[in-house]
Amino acid sequence: MVHIRPVRMAALGISAALVLTACAESERGDDGGDSGGQTGGTMTFGTEGAPKLFDPFYATDGPTFRTSQQIFEGLIEFKPGTAEAAPGLAESWEASEDGLTWTFKLREGVKFHDGTEFNAEAACFNFERWYNTSGAAQSPAVTGYWQDNFGGFSDGKTPSLYESCTATDANTIDVKLTRYTSKFPDILGLPSWSMQSPTALEKYNANDVKQQGDSFVFPEYATAHPTGTGPFKFERYDKANGSVELVRNEDYWGEKAKLDKLIFRAIPDETARKQALEAGDIDGYDLPGPADWQSLKDQGFQLLIRPAFNVFYVGIGQKNVPQLRDLKVRQAIAYAIDREGLVQQMLPEGAKVAENFYPDTVFGWTDEVQQYDYDPEKAKQLLADAGAQNLTVNFYWPTEVTRPYMPDPRAMFGFIQGNLEEVGITLKPVSKPWNGGYLEDVDLGKADLFLLGWNGDYNTPDNFLGNFFSDPQNRFGTGNSPWGQTLANELRAADSEVDDDKRRQMYEDINKKLKAEYLPAVPISHSPPALVVAENVSGLVASPLTDEKFNTVSISS
Amino acid sequence: MSTRTDKIDALAEQTARSDSAGVSVAAAAWRRLRRNPVFLFGAAIVVAFVVLALLSPWLAQHDPTERMLGDQVSRARDQIPPPQEGHPLGGDQVGRDLLSRLLIGSQQTLMVGVLATLIGFTCGLVLGTLAGAIGGWVDTVVMRAVDVMLSIPGLLLAVSIGALFASPTQFTVILAVAMVQVPIFARLLRGSMLAQRHSDHVLAARALGVKQRAIVFRHMLPNSLGPVIVQSTLVLAISIIDAAALSFLGLGNPDDRIPEWGAMLGQAQSDIDSHPHLAYWPAACIIVVALGFTLMGESLREALDPKSRR
Amino acid sequence: MLRYTIRRLLQLLIVVGVLSLLLFAWLRSLPGGPVSALLGERATPETRAQLTEELGLNDPIFVQYLKFVGRALSGDFGVSTGVQPGDPAIEVFLQRLPATLELSILAIIIAIAIGIPLGYVAARRRGGVLDNMSVISSLIGVAVPIFFLAFLLKQVLAVDLGWFPTAGRQEGGIDATRVTGFFVLDGILTQEWDAAWDAFVHLILPAIALATIPFSVVFRITRASVLDVVDEDYVRTAESKGLTTPVIRRRHVLRNAMLPVVTTIGLQTGALLAGAVLTETVFAFPGIGQALAIGFTRRDYPVLLLLILCSAGVFVLINLLVDLSYALIDPRIRTRGGGH
Repeated sequence: MVHIRPVRMAALGISAALVLTACAESERGDDGGDSGGQTGGTMTFGTEGAPKLFDPFYATDGPTFRTSQQIFEGLIEFKPGTAEAAPGLAESWEASEDGLTWTFKLREGVKFHDGTEFNAEAACFNFERWYNTSGAAQSPAVTGYWQDNFGGFSDGKTPSLYESCTATDANTIDVKLTRYTSKFPDILGLPSWSMQSPTALEKYNANDVKQQGDSFVFPEYATAHPTGTGPFKFERYDKANGSVELVRNEDYWGEKAKLDKLIFRAIPDETARKQALEAGDIDGYDLPGPADWQSLKDQGFQLLIRPAFNVFYVGIGQKNVPQLRDLKVRQAIAYAIDREGLVQQMLPEGAKVAENFYPDTVFGWTDEVQQYDYDPEKAKQLLADAGAQNLTVNFYWPTEVTRPYMPDPRAMFGFIQGNLEEVGITLKPVSKPWNGGYLEDVDLGKADLFLLGWNGDYNTPDNFLGNFFSDPQNRFGTGNSPWGQTLANELRAADSEVDDDKRRQMYEDINKKLKAEYLPAVPISHSPPALVVAENVSGLVASPLTDEKFNTVSISS
Repeated sequence: MSTRTDKIDALAEQTARSDSAGVSVAAAAWRRLRRNPVFLFGAAIVVAFVVLALLSPWLAQHDPTERMLGDQVSRARDQIPPPQEGHPLGGDQVGRDLLSRLLIGSQQTLMVGVLATLIGFTCGLVLGTLAGAIGGWVDTVVMRAVDVMLSIPGLLLAVSIGALFASPTQFTVILAVAMVQVPIFARLLRGSMLAQRHSDHVLAARALGVKQRAIVFRHMLPNSLGPVIVQSTLVLAISIIDAAALSFLGLGNPDDRIPEWGAMLGQAQSDIDSHPHLAYWPAACIIVVALGFTLMGESLREALDPKSRR
Repeated sequence: MLRYTIRRLLQLLIVVGVLSLLLFAWLRSLPGGPVSALLGERATPETRAQLTEELGLNDPIFVQYLKFVGRALSGDFGVSTGVQPGDPAIEVFLQRLPATLELSILAIIIAIAIGIPLGYVAARRRGGVLDNMSVISSLIGVAVPIFFLAFLLKQVLAVDLGWFPTAGRQEGGIDATRVTGFFVLDGILTQEWDAAWDAFVHLILPAIALATIPFSVVFRITRASVLDVVDEDYVRTAESKGLTTPVIRRRHVLRNAMLPVVTTIGLQTGALLAGAVLTETVFAFPGIGQALAIGFTRRDYPVLLLLILCSAGVFVLINLLVDLSYALIDPRIRTRGGGH
């Protein structure tokens, strides 16, 4: 009766992994016959910052995840180049009928970098470690991902999604959940849920997080001894030079890394990263600014465009200005914005106008939503109908930041500002530094209109919609409108629906209502981030989740 | 006590000297200046800049805030409007006429320089006069504070102040740049007041029963003007450069509709690879103008310095 | 003398104390800060409130300040939130200090190597074309925004011509041993010549850009001092005695002109740090200056507080040392007391 999607995956087994790697190989395309690539060499990859720590469980920053993706693996991995869940350290899995018990068959013969065997016991050790987090580590600043995904801890202060993990034999575990959620098991593909060596975790006091002053201090494990099963091993972190060195794991269970050494080097300034590549100091870097794409390609570098897995929106706060609680006014705003023009002028090739609050690769996406094609006249008419010709609102935009969905906030703000002023809305622009008041003010509901977006973590609608609207006390202030609670309820119901078809229907309905009835924000665009590598680099597969693995990468001299 | 301090004190001492020597020093200075090519070169630049700023509304062909070439812009595809008919320098990052922005930008740039100098001077005047005229513990406290401010390098101070405002505007930028100059003016004015306190004409005025306030404003201040003018020309240049540096560090005025050279240069950094002219033009303007003010100021200083020979 | 020294030291402590209180209060009153830095866009009003409470940011400001002072006295200045997220601020400072010192020293060497000969020649040919040209060019050093100069150097010499590396202190691939944190020195000490050379090559362009600041000062002071000395009686006497020009130059003029030059260089450290903020940013050079720049834009308050305090403290200390050495030389200052 119940058809659960992951069961399909279970059929794939070991061979799937092999096929997948083969896919990854062929996807890079242009190096054709040179299959496998050259072994050896060192690759230096420029990143925007140095990792904060190396234990992905406590991490929230991109540079840490970028490194941990090479050192660690989870039970589930995302298929290279997609956001689809695929076998990782678990060869297969299946759920019970009620979706509450998940049985994972683990890969055999896998060893952690310190020689510890990866088995059912080690896997449950990790689950229990997460669940039993105590003390300072319970802060949302440390274990934010656990709290987003699994809720509370073993102390029971807040309900948890996780119930237990049991090793049923040496290589099989049963993970029990307290309720069904559409997010599971896909969330296990997040780098946060990487499998770490129990021996090393204990030896280096991995759980010993301390709060000190207004920040947190992490134990030796997290700063110097990350131990996983991945294709690369942690070699050293040269703080003075901002570079992390990884070396090939000779005992890797799968396709061994081709590079001898992989170096992630922090170059915070984007222009400096580009020049370092041009001068040959580095072999590639993350997130080249869209304005540089063409010149990088012209110089013969390989620009790898990731599939867009994000959304950029103009938020409409329901809290302060009563006129914004009138659907007509929100629709007027939607009609007033020339989204097509904005995508053309401001966003890189591959960017798309957003019709839903998440990209079309995610479950439950539908094109049967109400369209708001650029129509200033209609916008004016709607404002007049609502008696809001004199609408005056503040409009927040961030400085000192670029995000993959928002490569140039100043220009994008200027564009939308022009659109809205054209239909007679009076705007009071407020600009604040991203980390110097912008996020804070927006979260506190001070903004009437604001620019923000979201980078997807994994392929479920709840990762987008749930984060935005599941709690009516959100930055859109939907709780101030009568439909805010309804929307939250609908989202929770959809997330806990076990049946795939029913759930799809529910999400499609929510998407339609979001555009036609609620409209707490105007989705603007999905914009693809990119990576760039030198001509002699091959085998890197761009991922929509920006979690590329470098074991397939080779570099020719 | 730093090099800046020394320079300021030396400058302040000149007041006393020029005062005792009377008009002849000024006249001699002017005679020297008229024949000094460095001064003339600097002055010519400054005059040209001020005239440009005043006439720019009539010189600019287009509205510098209008994105008239917006349809030729694609940030994502690295396209900005090239030079074309009616737009000899093409457009900027969002399609506004670059030449018009450079022309009109001279106004804001001049304003940044002048306002920063004025604010710096006014605050410095209040502090310096208080310290110099009252003396005693007021003097000690004010001068200690001034010493602390002087001990932090100028740009660093400006950047610190700039960063302390939650959301920067053109005014906070000017304020940040101006605050750097406050201690310099304060020290300068105090030094010059002290030097005059025991000079003949002040003593004479006091003997005649002239009120303290009148002595300060009618006699002491006007006599300090020479060094103040010298310092102001130098400060103008520094302010314009510091404002550009703030913008480069991302602490400038985020609203870029009204053009200003420093902000234009600071914002062009992300395009410097592919469209270097967006940076070169405002940079060239800033360099020329700053050089003009600096040359003028330095040669004024030298001319007023009785130690300089020839 | 002792009393004078003690009084000045007390003043130094007061200055740093007052400055720290003002900075702390101001930084804490600003929006953003640790909560936003730690949570980013994943924050919700709920987690925001929870973390604010956990971190003690709801306490009255003076309680927070006292706690800060308590921790600071034991060497804990908080943890970086933006420059090197997760690292103690003091570590960020100590680790980056050698980088900036290395850079500054090379910049000063360059400035002296060019500034002093040029200043001397300009002074001996006062009013001539060479003099006017070099005066103007020394002022160009003042008028060109240093970040723009750095950009030009990098674009032409590193990116277009490829003669120099564009960024950083050392190639990532070099297996260098760290001893002192001064990369060039480390390379020499451990006899890893490639590492030393690589670190040195990374220093050249930023040092040239940074050198323009001390250069114009060194040049002008040299020129002015030589002009002063040339007119002094003993030089005239020497000339009348028939001593040849090179001898006068070496024995009298240059040696006497050096005193103010050397003092000036000592006092240039502050200006150098300000310049380093811009140069290090352009060259992605991981020193104090870059930390300040990133700290400002990413609102890394613990690091900013420590770096600003340290630099202010260092400058006040240097000024104190200079004043003290003056006092040693010139007894009049001692009797005049501290009021200046």
